[in-house]
Amino acid sequence: MANVVLSATGLNAYFGAVHAVRDASIEFREREVTAIIGPSGCGKSTLLRCLNRMHETVPGGRVTGRVEFHGQDLYGPDVNPIEVRRHIGMVFQRPTPFPTLSIRDNVAAGLRAMRRADRPPRADVDRIVERSLQDAALWDEVKDRLRTGAIGLSGGQQQRLCIARALATSPSVLLLDEPTASLDPISTQKVEELVYDLRQHFTVVIVTHNMQQAARVSDRTAFMLNGELVEVAPTNKLFTTPSDPRTEAYVTGRFG
Amino acid sequence: MEDAPSIEGNPEGPTAPQMGGGALGDRVYRWVTTLCALLVPALLIYIGITVFVAGWPAFQKAGTSFFTSSRWDPVNGIFGAAPAIYGTLVSSAIALVIATPLAVGAAVFLAELAPRWLRQPVSFLIDLLAAIPSVVYGLWGIFVLAPLMRSMVAPFLKHTLHLGDLPFFSGPVYGPGMLTAGVILAIMILPYISAVTREVLMAVPRSQREAALALGATRWEMIRDAVIPGARSGIVGGIVLGLGRALGETMAVTMVIGNTPKISASLFSTGYTMASIIANEFNEAVSADHQAALMAVGASLLVIALIVNVIARWLVARVGASAS
Amino acid sequence: MMRRKIANVVMLALMWLAAAIVLLPLFAILARLVMQGWSSLNLDFFTKEPLSPGSTGGGMANSIVGSLILLFIASLSGLPVGIGAGIYLAEHRTAPVAKLVRFLADVLNGLPSIVIGIFAWEMLVKPVHHFSALSGGIALGVMMIPLTARTTEEMIRTVPTSLREAALALGYTNWRTSLAIVARTALPGIVTGALVALARVAGETAPLLFTALGNNFWSVSPTQPIDALPLRLFLYATSPYDDWNRQAWAASIVLIALVLLISIAARIAARPRFGKAVD
Repeated sequence: MANVVLSATGLNAYFGAVHAVRDASIEFREREVTAIIGPSGCGKSTLLRCLNRMHETVPGGRVTGRVEFHGQDLYGPDVNPIEVRRHIGMVFQRPTPFPTLSIRDNVAAGLRAMRRADRPPRADVDRIVERSLQDAALWDEVKDRLRTGAIGLSGGQQQRLCIARALATSPSVLLLDEPTASLDPISTQKVEELVYDLRQHFTVVIVTHNMQQAARVSDRTAFMLNGELVEVAPTNKLFTTPSDPRTEAYVTGRFG
Repeated sequence: MEDAPSIEGNPEGPTAPQMGGGALGDRVYRWVTTLCALLVPALLIYIGITVFVAGWPAFQKAGTSFFTSSRWDPVNGIFGAAPAIYGTLVSSAIALVIATPLAVGAAVFLAELAPRWLRQPVSFLIDLLAAIPSVVYGLWGIFVLAPLMRSMVAPFLKHTLHLGDLPFFSGPVYGPGMLTAGVILAIMILPYISAVTREVLMAVPRSQREAALALGATRWEMIRDAVIPGARSGIVGGIVLGLGRALGETMAVTMVIGNTPKISASLFSTGYTMASIIANEFNEAVSADHQAALMAVGASLLVIALIVNVIARWLVARVGASAS
Repeated sequence: MMRRKIANVVMLALMWLAAAIVLLPLFAILARLVMQGWSSLNLDFFTKEPLSPGSTGGGMANSIVGSLILLFIASLSGLPVGIGAGIYLAEHRTAPVAKLVRFLADVLNGLPSIVIGIFAWEMLVKPVHHFSALSGGIALGVMMIPLTARTTEEMIRTVPTSLREAALALGYTNWRTSLAIVARTALPGIVTGALVALARVAGETAPLLFTALGNNFWSVSPTQPIDALPLRLFLYATSPYDDWNRQAWAASIVLIALVLLISIAARIAARPRFGKAVD
């Protein structure tokens, strides 16, 4: 069995008084794609955002429990959330290219945020940009206009640009929060293929409301309902022979 | 981004693992922006205290007669600010009486009546009125408006309309004076009242207009019964905001009001306002008493402006709250 | 029914009339400015200094330069504070302190400029027994703070939260997120706000009366009294000399042109420009 890179134990997340994630425990294994599915409002995005300490940036956001990354508790007293986010990349529902930066600078944006000691030398930046764009399957489409604004790209290209941006800092884990929710079918297919390929180098967690997508891209799937993590199993098993009746009801389309 | 205390890890923990360290920049940044923000109330308080302390000797010396005495006599060291207070109130009142119907009318025109192609240019031109510096209004007041008052407006009021027997329009006409100042002020506050009114009128929901029209109301009845009532407190807020401008307006008034410390029923007579008395005399005030008296006038003006502004903001904010 | 119709027509006509009357003084003033001032707008006006009272000729070169210096000092002292406060207001939207600051900024904005003038005199002139460009510039700067703060706040609020989250998720610290991403994205709007504030104080006279004071001669020193276009205009407008009066009209044209120029610059800055690479 592959190594566990990231794991949550007894994780609870709140928005003010709202209890969004209840006592969730889950492991994410190295170079696997784990999908988190569930009806909207079930807390799947919140769970994801607890993994790189983004949840606490929302007003009223609060987290209890443990999240271990290579054995270190990310919510420990001397952990800096900024550092956490540098090691665990994230891509959001809507593409978020920085409108004032060129395509190249967007990809390199994360590098500039790194600590001086970790930052790659200037000469390497272009190489890293190219590699990241290639990994994100965008290089061929933008290589001739790296210096132009990222806003000129299509929605699907922008989303792959954001993936490239997240990859540039070589994170070991990549969190994808419904990355295809705002994309057309062709762009969605490209991103899905990309996610499938990313497992060669990265540990990926993808939140999706689309069960077919989870089935297509993931090795393991977790099902959430009302803030509770109902079941985690190999994708095949979860969709064919789920052990919890609620999971079965959901995957057979009886609700949600 | 809200304050989330947990966003910073403990910097320089004793073990300092690979993910610990540096939130110093964030802390400095937060301190700097907070400081900038706090500087706004600090400045306001500082201005208030400074001006009050500087004016305190005058308040102390004259007591309540500072506000009630109409004798302003720097040579003999007697300072009663009543003429300046009277002038400020009267010139502002004239300005409001003239400006309010025009500004509200123009705002209704822009919000409800103007054809699309006319709306942009007209509101731009009205806004342009606000861009003209106060001294330029003063210059125009001296050389155009004041002579016009003497040669045309005063004779019209006195003889054509036979209002010369009323105390407001009695007495000699010099040109510069209370009425001239009021008219200049009216022109200057028009764009402010009009802009606020236009905005609150636009905030009245479309459905209310359509409901009125569906009931068979004429355009005017719709404006009167459906649009204006919903925007009323905002319009009043705009008028009070205009009043605030008029009370504090300095240069144009100083240039056309005649600068004499007296109270006269006639609107053609010259006068003073609180702002103009400071502008006109401060640099020549050599005695400490005179300086303190002018500071005291400034402190009083500050208090009046403060109250008027607070009321105006409150009224305008009420519309914003109910509209959303 | 007839009466209602007549009332309708009459009232609507009155609204049209009101709009027309409001515009009347604008045209009257602008026409007069051009008529009276245009002929005095010659090379001398822009290159010469004022002559002694009563003599014909001379110009306002020192006043124009003085105004620019004062506006520079005002920007330097007012803009950083205003923008910093605006950032605070945008990032702490609902905090009680922010509500208070927002409200008091509006109040400060409504304070009579003459009060700012005597305040600046008391703080910056009286203690050193010396009128100065610095005190005048700072007085104008104080007036710029509330307006800049409010526009900066509005502009930063237009930047979507998702952009801020994207930067944070990349491991940007809060301050870099705020400056390099959010404020940078809102920069055109912030510049516009700053220029609008500048245009507003460019025509101010009252705060300069007892601070910058005015100066008949060339001076670019921040510690000396300095001339300003509105101050010179005031002096010339209220003087008994025909030539000075004429020059006052010319100065009005230049002053309005200056204000409009800054306003136009503000509009140009407001235009969004995407895709410019920085580095």
